Amino acid sequence: MPLLDIKNLSVEFTTRAGTFRAVDGIDLTVEEGEVVGIVGESGSGKSVTSLAVMGLIPEPGRVVADRLSFAGRDLRTLSRGQRRALTGKDVAMVFQEPMTSLNPCFTVGFQLMESLKAHEGLSGRAVKRRAIELLEQVGIPAPESRLSAFPHQLSGGMNQRVMIAIAIACNPRLLIADEPTTALDVTIQKQILDLLVQLQKERGMALILITHDMGVVAETAHRVAVMYAGQVVETRAARDLFERPQHPYTGALLDALPERALGRRRLPTIPGVVPGIADRPEGCLFNPRCRFAQADCRRLRPPLFPDPEGLARCYYPLGGDMWGAPA
Amino acid sequence: MTMDVQSNAVVEPVATSTPPHPLAEFWHHFRRNTGAVAGLVVIVLLAFLAVFADVLAPHSPIAQYRDAILVPPVWQEGGSWTYVLGTDDIGRDVLSRVLYGARLSLLIGLIVVTLSLAVGLAVGMTAGFFGGVVDIAIMRLMDILLALPSLLLAIVVAAILGPGLFNAMLSVSVVVVPHYARLTRAAVLAEMSKDYVVASRVAGAGPLRLMLVDVLPNCTAPLIVQATLGFSTAILDAAALGFLGLGAQPPTPEWGTMLASSLQFLQRAPWVVTWPGVAILVTVLAFNLLGDGLRDALDPKLKR
Amino acid sequence: MTDAVVLEAKDLRKHYAVRRGLFKPAALVRALDGVSFRLEAGKTLAVVGESGCGKSTLARAVTMIEPPTAGQLLYDGRDVVGRSAAEMRELRRTVQMVFQNPYGSLNPRKTVGAILAEPLVVNTKTPKAERRERALAMMARVGLRRDQIDRYPHMFSGGQRQRIAIARALMLNPRVVVADEPVSALDVSIQAQVLNLMMDLQEELGLAYLFISHDLSVVRHIADAVMVMYLGRPVEHGPKDVVFARPRHPYTRILLAATPRVNPELRAERVVPKGELPSPLNPPPGCPFHRRCPHARENCAVDVPALRDVDGRLVACHYAEEMA
Repeated sequence: MPLLDIKNLSVEFTTRAGTFRAVDGIDLTVEEGEVVGIVGESGSGKSVTSLAVMGLIPEPGRVVADRLSFAGRDLRTLSRGQRRALTGKDVAMVFQEPMTSLNPCFTVGFQLMESLKAHEGLSGRAVKRRAIELLEQVGIPAPESRLSAFPHQLSGGMNQRVMIAIAIACNPRLLIADEPTTALDVTIQKQILDLLVQLQKERGMALILITHDMGVVAETAHRVAVMYAGQVVETRAARDLFERPQHPYTGALLDALPERALGRRRLPTIPGVVPGIADRPEGCLFNPRCRFAQADCRRLRPPLFPDPEGLARCYYPLGGDMWGAPA
Repeated sequence: MTMDVQSNAVVEPVATSTPPHPLAEFWHHFRRNTGAVAGLVVIVLLAFLAVFADVLAPHSPIAQYRDAILVPPVWQEGGSWTYVLGTDDIGRDVLSRVLYGARLSLLIGLIVVTLSLAVGLAVGMTAGFFGGVVDIAIMRLMDILLALPSLLLAIVVAAILGPGLFNAMLSVSVVVVPHYARLTRAAVLAEMSKDYVVASRVAGAGPLRLMLVDVLPNCTAPLIVQATLGFSTAILDAAALGFLGLGAQPPTPEWGTMLASSLQFLQRAPWVVTWPGVAILVTVLAFNLLGDGLRDALDPKLKR
Repeated sequence: MTDAVVLEAKDLRKHYAVRRGLFKPAALVRALDGVSFRLEAGKTLAVVGESGCGKSTLARAVTMIEPPTAGQLLYDGRDVVGRSAAEMRELRRTVQMVFQNPYGSLNPRKTVGAILAEPLVVNTKTPKAERRERALAMMARVGLRRDQIDRYPHMFSGGQRQRIAIARALMLNPRVVVADEPVSALDVSIQAQVLNLMMDLQEELGLAYLFISHDLSVVRHIADAVMVMYLGRPVEHGPKDVVFARPRHPYTRILLAATPRVNPELRAERVVPKGELPSPLNPPPGCPFHRRCPHARENCAVDVPALRDVDGRLVACHYAEEMA
């Protein structure tokens, strides 16, 4: 049984201009101890997905799903109290901007111990010891002295380590990291990613890594889901995705990377823009921008088609008849 | 397996129409706050009354009718339609005085806000823009003004300048300048660190152009809100000064002065005190609601 | 395209005095500590580094927003330092800047037309109608629709705003464009479009770019020469191919190793960088990188390495020859 099982999840917001589906019927599973990368550009709905799992979607938004379960428990039917007991303990989250995700008015130690007191029921010297232990585990030197530091006194990398310490404090079974390294310098980014992978291995923790950076996902994820305009358009093992992408969007995205330019002066680009509220196309959401689009792509929204290496939401995947896939 | 090399033109979905004017967008947000719209309606009504007081008022505000001393309002026993809201202790029609008082109060608000906004804006921009010693000197001066209780300060200034409506307005303006100065300075400091200001400097813009053309339009939102709320403060302060005898002098039909001279009749002839008081209440409330509505309408745009 | 040197920096230094309270003496922050380079027309010099390396200070010095504490900045052979106000105005037209944040670099209260016209208003006496014409022409050149000239910035996407920013930078026909992380805040597909645009414009107009970026894959694609900076100093500086193929400074090697790649097997070595980025307020003695360097030896903590010619590029490392 997968640790996180999502089937047909949608998140809708009703605005002046109509109902907007930030997430449109996605399926996602995460097994115990697995690292799943969710890649997408802005407007793909990747962050909203993680917020929906954590139950953090603000009021006017509606979360509907055929299945949304964690370790066998149905998240849709939990009361607020039960939800709170779950999030922070078994499912934890790390955000993008460490400087603003930590409360600037309280010391780092206070915030760390707050989480420990709430979920583990520790107090006094025990909680302080555990806090120092955690700071050590995330690689913060001289942790005793850092307990009394305020977030603005620490660097971005340090703050992110503190955030990770808070997140793993209660030994979660699933850690969701939403763009955890985007705001950090390259060398610090590497340290944080390595830390996440190391913690994940040591604790057998599942990790969902949300990012727009293909390179990050290539280096850390076991499996990758590519999102576009609120849908998952492709999922497969990381190595397979980068060597044999099937969905034209994934292919176009990889081609646009300067890393793959191979000496060509001009980078291949994707014409058009991501659809917003007002201009969601009929049929496949990517079809106006896809050079392989056919008539049926414009008419009917493709489901996720399985192939030997994964799933792709496309009638005419790039591999074509490679495996006798539907063409 | 690559996409065709594209030209530089950005292919986009066809735009449906011209985007809404920023004012139209603002009105859309503002409209949703019923309190604010109510406030706006009341203020417009007041302005109308003030402008057309000459035509609408049944009597002159200073005309004394010796034979109609302390006549009650029309719905009480002894009242008549000649003096709809009654008369005061020297026979002046309360309704007419309240109507002409609207003119005065709105004028007070307008002059005080304009004066203090202009001075506060200039002072705050200078402090925020030039920084250093100039900033320190100006802001410490503002701190001194803020440290003194506003009404006391107004009384002192009014006492120095002498009684009279214009002097009262001046003193209230002085007292309120630091609020605008601080707001402006904070807004200027926030905007100065933004890239578009640097971009203008790289393009060669001098300090004056930077201040007035680039930065100032982006600082207006909090100032507009403060100015609207400042209207009500000005009216209240002027009324307080009038109440203390330092503001408008009798027979000027200023609401505060009317309150002061009629307080002794609170039990005998409450209508003389009530109607100016209600007028102050309604006006101040209307401006406060409008100010709150403006704040809400101007802010979300930034968040969106 | 001529290879005329448009911009030359000689030993640029910028020091700030930072007050640390009433009783302590002011600390000296050496934001730029001896930067030299030559920039030719039609070429791109990429400046690479992380927070605190001095790249933003360099951008401000090159665009003449802040005068350098020492050193020379030569445009067409004429030093910028000590010029009169009128001459500065003239010089301003030769260099313009594109910023990182597409959401903060455009004045939200001005229309696109007004934003594009501003450089002309400030520096020339071009009449209003002609300003509008030139703005429209520039918009077409960067791929924006003409009918958007009266729109406000918040109605555009990030990629489109960067195009507006690039258009604004080109209004005065500069010779040098300083691009401070121009594509870092953009999605990959938009990044590709903007990079293509910048390269096309460079070819068309013979622009020289000072391209500041932390993204080595972008730098590898667009740069002709690369200068890696650390704590205000260049640590490696040379032609792109040379630096990327055989990096000789340990910091360059670590940066390359740390950059996430879609094909990680292609990476030369796997090194996890250790330590934090140093604070410019408190630089280490000797080589500024020695505390984080996997190859540091005793003298690295004492002697400051000079920038010297090794294997076709400049390196500031005592043991550069051994880093093969």
